[in-house]
Amino acid sequence: MSTNALSQHYAEQVQRLQDGLPGAIPEWLAGRRRGAAARFSEAGFPDPRQEEWKYTNVRPIAAKPFVAAMTDAPMSEDALRAIGFEGLDAYRMVFVDGRLRAEFSDLADLPSGVTVQGLSEALSSDPDPLEPLLGTLAHDRFSSFAAANMAFLTDGAVIRLGKGVRLERPLHLLIVGSAGGPVTWSHPRVLIQAGEGSEATVIEHYADLEGASGFTNTVTELRAEAGAQLRHYLLQDHADSAYHVGSLFIQQRRDSRVTSHNVNLGGRLVRHDLNVDLTEPGAEIELNGLFLVGGRQHVDTHTRVHHSSPHTTSREQYRGIGQGHGRGVFKGRVLVERGAQKTDAQQHSANLLLSPNAEIDTKPELEIYADDVKCAHGATVGQLDETSMYYLRSRGIDAEAARGMLVFAFADEVLERMELLPVRTSIENRLAARLPEAGAIDVIG
Amino acid sequence: MLKINNLQARVEAAEILKGIDLEVKAGEVHAIMGPNGSGKSTLCQVLGGRDGYEVTGGTVEYLGKDLFELEPEERAREGILLGFQYPVEIPGVKNIYLLKEAYNAQRKHRGEPEADTFQFLKLVREKLKTMQMDESFLHRAVNVGFSGGEKKRNEILQMLVLEPKLALLDETDSGLDIDALKVVSDGVNRLRSPDRAIVLVTHYQRLLSHIEPDFVHVLSDGRIIKSGDKTLAHELERNGYHGIIEEAA
Repeated sequence: MSTNALSQHYAEQVQRLQDGLPGAIPEWLAGRRRGAAARFSEAGFPDPRQEEWKYTNVRPIAAKPFVAAMTDAPMSEDALRAIGFEGLDAYRMVFVDGRLRAEFSDLADLPSGVTVQGLSEALSSDPDPLEPLLGTLAHDRFSSFAAANMAFLTDGAVIRLGKGVRLERPLHLLIVGSAGGPVTWSHPRVLIQAGEGSEATVIEHYADLEGASGFTNTVTELRAEAGAQLRHYLLQDHADSAYHVGSLFIQQRRDSRVTSHNVNLGGRLVRHDLNVDLTEPGAEIELNGLFLVGGRQHVDTHTRVHHSSPHTTSREQYRGIGQGHGRGVFKGRVLVERGAQKTDAQQHSANLLLSPNAEIDTKPELEIYADDVKCAHGATVGQLDETSMYYLRSRGIDAEAARGMLVFAFADEVLERMELLPVRTSIENRLAARLPEAGAIDVIG
Repeated sequence: MLKINNLQARVEAAEILKGIDLEVKAGEVHAIMGPNGSGKSTLCQVLGGRDGYEVTGGTVEYLGKDLFELEPEERAREGILLGFQYPVEIPGVKNIYLLKEAYNAQRKHRGEPEADTFQFLKLVREKLKTMQMDESFLHRAVNVGFSGGEKKRNEILQMLVLEPKLALLDETDSGLDIDALKVVSDGVNRLRSPDRAIVLVTHYQRLLSHIEPDFVHVLSDGRIIKSGDKTLAHELERNGYHGIIEEAA
């Protein structure tokens, strides 16, 4: 499709939206969506001339006339089982092409004080409590993808944990793209409000039925109130032909602790933005990330940790593996504001290139305006260590298996931080299956 | 078992081995001694098959085969095990996993089924006891955070599990205190058997008071300049390398 025709296509999408917002929705929401639609049509898709998109050209996304899926795609328990995590005992919400499918979801026996519902349902039944939660951490101005998510919002998950509530089982959001039909986009929105002293694990898991080539544009807003403990998994295991842009916004109050596990295995073109704001003393974030790029995959992750209050802590460890013609980007920004004394920030990015045609760019950025802080960062891009290879081979292990062991070990230093063993094991297996060099790996826990 | 004939090798542009002749038979323990820079480690790496060590002349025959035809892992499976002077740290790979993979690689090579986990653990526990190592070592990453002595014990632990036909120990005694030296030596002594050969490469005589060699060779400037029985080691201790090198010159 030509550039003009494409602009026309997206202009029509926006127009349809402006005309078609249901009259029943509250004015605050209609206003936000109209504003976001205007923002999206004005800014268009980002351009590599913009600093934040320097390494990632989204033309492959912009060049396709995506539309929302109009009907429910066929889905089955068998298909979900193949995508899911064997042995994971969890509450589950299943979304297909961006829409909640209650028939595949299981939210039975949620403890009192916990609300989990579909966003569409929440907005139609009782929208006003969402006013302070929806679109207040994620601003339209952040990116035109975030704006598009707000404008074309259809469904998502709303998770609210009351004061002191502990969710014993994790909540698994299985967000699946279907195959076939026109090229579809979806804009899932996840809202997590963790009340004072509450505790939970939420798994945001993106996957596809085989052959899917849609575009998933997701936004997550997570608030951790004082003393809340949140574990958040952002797992992207799309089909290799699919597109994914995800923006995560985390805001943390006093003494809250959030652990983020972000794994990127699939997708053709993937961009993740993880934005963390530590707004009160004692707030602590741990960011663990792993990406594997092979074939012609492109995965770009930007993290921004904002220490806006004294005595806040961040621990960040991202690892990337490049094989084939894969292209990876990691950009990690740490901003310590004036007055955010006693900030303790550590960031480490380690990357492994397995093929001469793979490329990984890593760029740490520290901006520090306080003088009594501990900030450390390190970034490496390298190949497998020859001495380690020789050592393993000198013990009788063949070169291919030795390479597999070393690559796997490199990745597992991030994965071993996952608390949920069934998720970790399943990710390890999927990782091993994607490493041609690692054919002979059996996983020892 | 091992026949080294006029072996010459270089590392980058530097010629290090200038014609080494050595024959090692099953059941024998040989000590190769020499000052720093004499070529001891190069000899070990050439026999191990490390990249970057270029053989420029001579032959090495191991059990009737041309050693240089074999990849490093094939040499190991054929029964050669090299104890490293500086054992390599491998983050993320557990000791037990390395042991099991190495053990099974050998079994597979011999056409035997893989060891079942229970039997294998029993075997490893027994060897751990010999090396006076705690079981927690099995679940730590290979050599990561190990002290110098622990790394050397770990090398010998691998030998006890893998039971090589030819054990090559490169400066295994360096950096060990007296207690650790005794544990490591006891481990090596357990490997002694009529169908196995051991080559100790060392700078110091003290190892040889724990592991008594049948033959001692003095390596200097890439050549073996003198061979003898264990009394040669005592002579070295009295007169130093200097005397022997001068005498040979």
